[in-house]
Amino acid sequence: MSAYRSRSERAGRAALIGFSVLVFAFLVLPILAVIPLSLNPTTFLVFPEGEISLRWYRHLAESPQWTHAFGNSLKIAIATTLIATPLGTLAAIGLAYMRSRAKTAIVALITAPLVVPVVVVAIAFYFLFAPLGLVNGSLGLIVAHSALAVPFVVIVVHAALRGLDTELLRAAASLGARPLTILIRVLVPLIAPGVAAGAVFAFMTSFDETTVALFIAGPEQRTLPIQMFEGVREQISPAIAAAATLLIIASTLLLGAAELLRRRGEGRAGSAPPDVGA
Amino acid sequence: MPGSRAKLPGLRRWWRVALLAPLLLFLLASFVAPVLMMLSRAVVDRDLERLWPDSAVALRQWDGAGAPPDALAATVAREIVATRQAGTLNQVANRLNYDMVGSRSLLYATADRLTAGSAGTTVRDLARIDPRWGQPGIWAAMRHADGPLTRHYLLAALDRRLDADDRIVNVPAEQAVFANIYLRTFKISAIVALLCIALGYPVAYLLASLPERKANPLLILVLLPFWTSALVRTAAWAVLLQTNGVVNNALQTVGLIDAPLQLIYNRLGVYIAMTHVLLPFFILPLYGVMKGIPPTAMRAASSLGAPPLRAFLSVYLPQTLPGVAAGAIIVFTLALGYYVTPALVGGGADQMISASIAFYTNQSLNWGMAAALSLLLLLPLLLMVFAGRTMVRTVPA
Repeated sequence: MSAYRSRSERAGRAALIGFSVLVFAFLVLPILAVIPLSLNPTTFLVFPEGEISLRWYRHLAESPQWTHAFGNSLKIAIATTLIATPLGTLAAIGLAYMRSRAKTAIVALITAPLVVPVVVVAIAFYFLFAPLGLVNGSLGLIVAHSALAVPFVVIVVHAALRGLDTELLRAAASLGARPLTILIRVLVPLIAPGVAAGAVFAFMTSFDETTVALFIAGPEQRTLPIQMFEGVREQISPAIAAAATLLIIASTLLLGAAELLRRRGEGRAGSAPPDVGA
Repeated sequence: MPGSRAKLPGLRRWWRVALLAPLLLFLLASFVAPVLMMLSRAVVDRDLERLWPDSAVALRQWDGAGAPPDALAATVAREIVATRQAGTLNQVANRLNYDMVGSRSLLYATADRLTAGSAGTTVRDLARIDPRWGQPGIWAAMRHADGPLTRHYLLAALDRRLDADDRIVNVPAEQAVFANIYLRTFKISAIVALLCIALGYPVAYLLASLPERKANPLLILVLLPFWTSALVRTAAWAVLLQTNGVVNNALQTVGLIDAPLQLIYNRLGVYIAMTHVLLPFFILPLYGVMKGIPPTAMRAASSLGAPPLRAFLSVYLPQTLPGVAAGAIIVFTLALGYYVTPALVGGGADQMISASIAFYTNQSLNWGMAAALSLLLLLPLLLMVFAGRTMVRTVPA
């Protein structure tokens, strides 16, 4: 690159790249290292030497605890998605029409579940449901997960709305469409990729959620994260590596797809919004 | 920014409200109300009032000076017997035990003697059952619990208590644990935030200096951990850092160490795993800020003769500081509330305040204490977030 003239500048650049490579390795290698560990035929947490085996995946598929936990997580995550996506989408559209001052207050309320520590949310639900006998039921978990997931839907759909080509809406208006018709027939189809991305974020928020589940799920509602948490805590085995591998693949595919949808929805290949977290 | 509310076709106010109302109502019911109700338990104290209604009234009428009146003692004695028979005495006993250790056994022993009908109910009679009835401690404990509000839990969360004369005093040294745990929570969060700055700033700078064609594939290396759940990444570290795990094996094979290192169930494990989990939360917003800084400023500085380091320090770095602060605040505030990661890779001495909150919720069932600890976690956090929002707003768009 022509911008780098002096030797010291080139040395600085090399040091920057070298350091960054180490940080990238720190970020990615621990995640990737789990994959070969899960293919190990022994009960030890070492890389397979020569022979690889799907033994630990068979173990997951045949263990009623793991399959039951997977079923629960799926059920709760789907219900959460079905609640959080419409609520968040409608609110994001409403926000797009709002003025700045009221909007700031409403955005603060909607994003509050991202700010409050999950443990505080978890015990709030525990205190609420324990006297009502709702601890140990799926309903409490679905409601709590929806509250945690909804900010992501609003953020993503709102970003899609900002990237909208408003000429299309004005064209519809100049052709005589009423506002509500524009909303349903023009606006919603245009932001559909953003809504789909928001739905995936909502699904993954619930599917991955550990803390609230640990507090308010009973033995019947054991979710995959609970199963995994207790596996790590009590008896760590290559089965954990296999489950982690499956979850890594699932979240990479789903959230990778959501990221592509989101970028398409925003109409530009920008960076991830800073406030979207997992 | 293309498109804004101004360009969206007009929509009646009624419609805007109708679009927002479902979510706002849902959040009020499913989030705001439960959290506020939970936090209120830090100061609301109605166990004694509910189960001993007459004693609560009598306690509030008593000024607390000198010996308690015999009428009060008679009321308390009557309600001790009534709640013992109803099976609810343990709830009052638990509450009084928080204030004065030994209250529980005192109440039960007294209930048994009173039920047997062998004792009178003046203060002097009660003191014959147990001399503690003649001392100020148990009476002060009851006064402190007479509701509807209490300072007990918040003071306890600060390692303080009310003594029999209602002065705020330090709890005995062996019970003073929370100041330590808060300090530890803040220290771990601050160190993780500093580690994220040290590791993340150069990476964000490199990404921002590359053309998008080259930066986007590298960005995936940041997004991959971002997309993978914190639990899965913590589990990965728990697998890798075991005594005979992959990291120790590799270090031994290379010959850097002779015997396996203890990398997990200690502070080191917590720092490694938490930094890994939170680093993308620092890199991504900072990268966003750096992308917004026009490269022309740096070029102008160097064309005016500033050496590269000088141009970086005096022109580029100051413009990125709001992004650094915002990212560090995000990492710090998220770290403050961490529960799962320290629980899985930390030892007993590495647990953060969330673990204490969980303990008082699940095991000790002292909900007032759990609420007070939550409140003291939430207050500094909200201040930080507010400071962070103000700073982010100053970021040049």
